[in-house]
Amino acid sequence: MNMRPMVSGRRVRAIFRKEVREYRRSGGIVYAMVVLPLIFLVQPVIVVFTLPANAGSLLSNGHLLLHMLGIPALVPAALAAYSVVGERQQGTLEPVLSTPVRREELLLGKALAAFVPSVVLAYAIYAVFLGIVRLFAHPSVATGLIRLTDIVAQVLFTPLLAAWSIWLGMAISTRCSEIRVAQQLGLLAGLPAAVVASLTAFNVIHASLGFAVGAAAVLLVLVMLGWRVASALFDRERLITGTR
Amino acid sequence: MASLNGATSDAPALSVLGLGKAFGDRVAFDNVSFEVGRGEVFGFLGPNGAGKTTLVRTLGTLIAPTSGRASVAGLALTPQNGVEIRRRISIMPESPGLYLKLSVAENLECFADLYQVPDPGPRVRGALQAVRLTERAADQCNALSKGLRQRAALARALLSDPEVLFLDEPTAGLDPVATRDFHDLIGDLRARGVTIFLTTHRLEEAERLCDRVAILNTTLRTIGRPGELRERLFARQLVIRTAAPLADPGAVFADLAAIEAWQADGQARYLLAVSDPAAAAPAVIRALVAADADVLFVGESRHTLEDVYLELIDEDEHAGAREADPR
Repeated sequence: MNMRPMVSGRRVRAIFRKEVREYRRSGGIVYAMVVLPLIFLVQPVIVVFTLPANAGSLLSNGHLLLHMLGIPALVPAALAAYSVVGERQQGTLEPVLSTPVRREELLLGKALAAFVPSVVLAYAIYAVFLGIVRLFAHPSVATGLIRLTDIVAQVLFTPLLAAWSIWLGMAISTRCSEIRVAQQLGLLAGLPAAVVASLTAFNVIHASLGFAVGAAAVLLVLVMLGWRVASALFDRERLITGTR
Repeated sequence: MASLNGATSDAPALSVLGLGKAFGDRVAFDNVSFEVGRGEVFGFLGPNGAGKTTLVRTLGTLIAPTSGRASVAGLALTPQNGVEIRRRISIMPESPGLYLKLSVAENLECFADLYQVPDPGPRVRGALQAVRLTERAADQCNALSKGLRQRAALARALLSDPEVLFLDEPTAGLDPVATRDFHDLIGDLRARGVTIFLTTHRLEEAERLCDRVAILNTTLRTIGRPGELRERLFARQLVIRTAAPLADPGAVFADLAAIEAWQADGQARYLLAVSDPAAAAPAVIRALVAADADVLFVGESRHTLEDVYLELIDEDEHAGAREADPR
């Protein structure tokens, strides 16, 4: 009887390592990963520095920092959308699929390679912003902006949004035959989550504990669903021959 | 003896029975049957679109057949055996498909992990050595010529020490020197007893490297050793050249029992159909000398595998034309 585990950690690590090496050596990917978060960083920094000292009380009613959740919603989407269709166009997918690798292993390796740098980047940008606000903004503005609940929300929602965005991007990538189309669709698919985060940040959607718990539960379900959908859409024959 | 997953230790490397694959209405290949023994180098020839690559992908479990059955490396070709079959075989596709931003060694390390090769370091070094690429191990694949990329792809295919190695047009687009080097590598593998399934357009390549060949043109047209195919398709012939045309060639050749038929083939050149050229040649020479002919050349006409291939493909084209226009 075959007692091998369904998912091999060694194969997942092999794909992860390969993906990360490719990212590091691809200027375009690094550029795309860094530019978007910088936009998310620069814009609020400018806003914070132009706020008057008495804005602190107004800020304490909103959740301005939550709009930074756009980073994990959008950054990994482009990476994930490239992951399968990119290999297909490079001609590297067929040799990989000819090995004993299972589709779950391949997708997990690729997903982790998009997830880890995106989440690290999102946390890093957030930390940089908090540092800038704490050091350079007016103390009352800093107090109004930096609140424990927002930081906890940021920490919790960043990986959830990134994971959701990745599975969505991968599902698109398995079905697209053009890299550019896949990446544009991937970004579009990440937009609703970014919009919800921004509307919450600007108090259009009223954030409460119940809303946060509900949103987290929905995201968790979507992440699990996204993984299953991406796996189901990953069809070796279709990816190799373009038919079926 | 059969194991739980259907593997048999004494089964042929490949056994294919009535296999077919269609994409909707388009038939890629149909009713293909053959066997490949362990350690055999088997050539698969056919024109573009004949279904060679689709057959390789089917046997490699990348796509599912629509009819027939097969066993690969002793395992039945079923979706359940996909992972185990892929563990036992290697496919080198026509395009090397290397990660160009990774070094040769990094490419091989990645695939050694995908095959879960135990102790991958020595295996990677061994594969690089086998394709004579050790000195380029640290080079990014971007920097390699097409010939070196093909070698790196072959090294990748050798990592898992496969029971069956599928090479899909391995020398397509290579220059003559790179092609010769690649042929030498295949010769080395053959000497090591690796079963090789080689698809190619290059007929001289198949003739030189393969124990047996099959010609596919959607259906399997013929299969056998290159020499057998020539004999099966073409009558054996002696070619005679004389300094001047014979005055009465019919009188010279008609009485010779070894000659089944003869025909003039241009000025002072004659083709004699014989069953045994070596036995017929002395009698023919004696008859020519007796007829006062100045003999310049007597030899067996050699049909190449290319002649066999073109004959069969031409037959298919004529049959297709007749079907299209029955008048």
